Amino acid sequence: MARVVTPAQKSINTAAAWVVALIIFFPILWTFLTSFKPEEVAVASPPVFVGFDWTMQNYHDVIAQRGYGSYFWNSVVISVGSTVLGMIIAIPAAWAMAFVHGKRTKDLLMWMLSTKMMPAAGVLVPIYLMGKSLGLIDTRFMLMIVLMLMNLPIIVWMLYTYFREIPGDILEAARMDGANLMSEILYVLTPMAIPGIASTLLLNVILAWNESFWTLNLTTFQAAPLTKFIAGFSSPQGLFYGKLSAASVMAIVPIMVIGWFSQKQLVRGLTFGAVK
Amino acid sequence: MGRITLDKVKKAFGEVEVIPPLDLTIEDGEFVVFVGPSGCGKSTLLRLIAGLEDVSGGQIRIDGQDATHAPPSKRGLAMVFQSYALYPHMSVRKNIAFPMKMAGVPQEEQNRKIDAAAKALNLTDYLERRPGQLSGGQRQRVAIGRAIVREPAAFLFDEPLSNLDAALRVGMRLEISELHERLKTTMIYVTHDQVEAMTMADKIVVLRAGVIEQVGSPLELYRTPRNLFVAGFIGSPKMNLIQGQEAKKYSAGTIGIRPEHCLLSTDSGTWEGTVVVSEHLGSDTFLYVDLKDHGTVTVRGNGEVSLHHGDRVFITPDMEKLHRFDDKGLRMP
Repeated sequence: MARVVTPAQKSINTAAAWVVALIIFFPILWTFLTSFKPEEVAVASPPVFVGFDWTMQNYHDVIAQRGYGSYFWNSVVISVGSTVLGMIIAIPAAWAMAFVHGKRTKDLLMWMLSTKMMPAAGVLVPIYLMGKSLGLIDTRFMLMIVLMLMNLPIIVWMLYTYFREIPGDILEAARMDGANLMSEILYVLTPMAIPGIASTLLLNVILAWNESFWTLNLTTFQAAPLTKFIAGFSSPQGLFYGKLSAASVMAIVPIMVIGWFSQKQLVRGLTFGAVK
Repeated sequence: MGRITLDKVKKAFGEVEVIPPLDLTIEDGEFVVFVGPSGCGKSTLLRLIAGLEDVSGGQIRIDGQDATHAPPSKRGLAMVFQSYALYPHMSVRKNIAFPMKMAGVPQEEQNRKIDAAAKALNLTDYLERRPGQLSGGQRQRVAIGRAIVREPAAFLFDEPLSNLDAALRVGMRLEISELHERLKTTMIYVTHDQVEAMTMADKIVVLRAGVIEQVGSPLELYRTPRNLFVAGFIGSPKMNLIQGQEAKKYSAGTIGIRPEHCLLSTDSGTWEGTVVVSEHLGSDTFLYVDLKDHGTVTVRGNGEVSLHHGDRVFITPDMEKLHRFDDKGLRMP
């Protein structure tokens, strides 16, 4: 039986949803507002939310003095690079597991996922030492590799569930229709797999962009991405809330823009298999 | 041409032998139906012919050529799947064109054949749509169109009507029969529905547990089922099977009489019983009669029979059409 929702219930639900949304959104809003406050207003307690003098000074300082550009570029290279590397490995892996399903495929997938259950801090020392002896500390290459490895289980799983959704009948139909393996992959499999690949790609870029544990620990300056840039504003000489906020906004804006335009793909990707 | 010969073909999945060595010849232009209960291996047999499964032994010949190990794309057969298996990202036109594109047919010829197929299948107005925008019946017609254009040696149908509703199923059944009349191409059709088998087939192959129980025309199977399984499977409602004392009178292990070969009377007859359920279909009436000693039998009466639960009736089997089976369940002469 369908659930009956009265108009009163509906407005209560709507109000509750708004409250939850605001609570979740509030830190971002606060950061956004603070980034436009003069430093003395930014530290005021209780915080001021309206009626302060809006200023671009924080942004000006952050860009001019701290070299935002190079951090931004590092973020782009590391997130895109680790994603591309990851996809090169994950697509064939997921493909093989989805279409040549073996007796141990599920175990293999579980094992891959289990590596995600290990706390990252637990392997920091060995990875740091390995990086050091190879001379890779504070290089973008090292971060690409480490982040790729961190996200690999997730993207293999995502791609695997996508590929599993492609009905085997359709591939068999293609074979009956005279397609050889190349045409089967080119004309039938790939077009059907592209939405799944695209949303996995996107999610991986976002995860890599936001990753802070490894980026903070394995870089000093050369390869430092935006996470390091933000962290640099909480120095022992005093907190610069205004500048910190401006830096944060500038770090999250690119990814928010990407996220906004790809919302539909992303939601489909994250809930894939859950509704069908 | 499309003469398909199976020579001692067998299939095993690991230790489990789903199809023991089996011989079968399908003549060119024949409409052959594989029928049997689910899990009898009929779909597996079709997939072996298609090349979608590898045989574990034996030989498959298509028009005399050994095709046992040829990939599906090289066998020149077309298949229509239960799930339609259309390419969701392509328009109807591109779906139908796909096999021709694979075969490198020139564009002009492709268009000509697509238009002809679309016209024959009432798809002309839908050529630019995606499969997702079509109804079930239309999707199945696209799948058939895709099979027609490549002019295969034989069509393979794997339960193509199972996903359609009852009314549409009857319509599509006729369309496929007409298609066979027109093209005269070999067709192999898998179904678990014995009505589809009876109405469409030139030749029915009844399968059970991977073993061919009987091969013959629909009426041969109806008139002279080779064993109890075929007797019970072909015909609707099912043949009545009676064992024990009554069967011994006819010196048989089991006797069988179809519901339509029983004479119904309220005064006298061979067997006496009481009506348990009566089903009035308008054209016919099916009575389920409890015969005390011989279990329940089904009897077909005309549509005007007005007998109800608890009524006493007499049943007289038509001796000419009585089937006798021995203790092993095989037909006795």
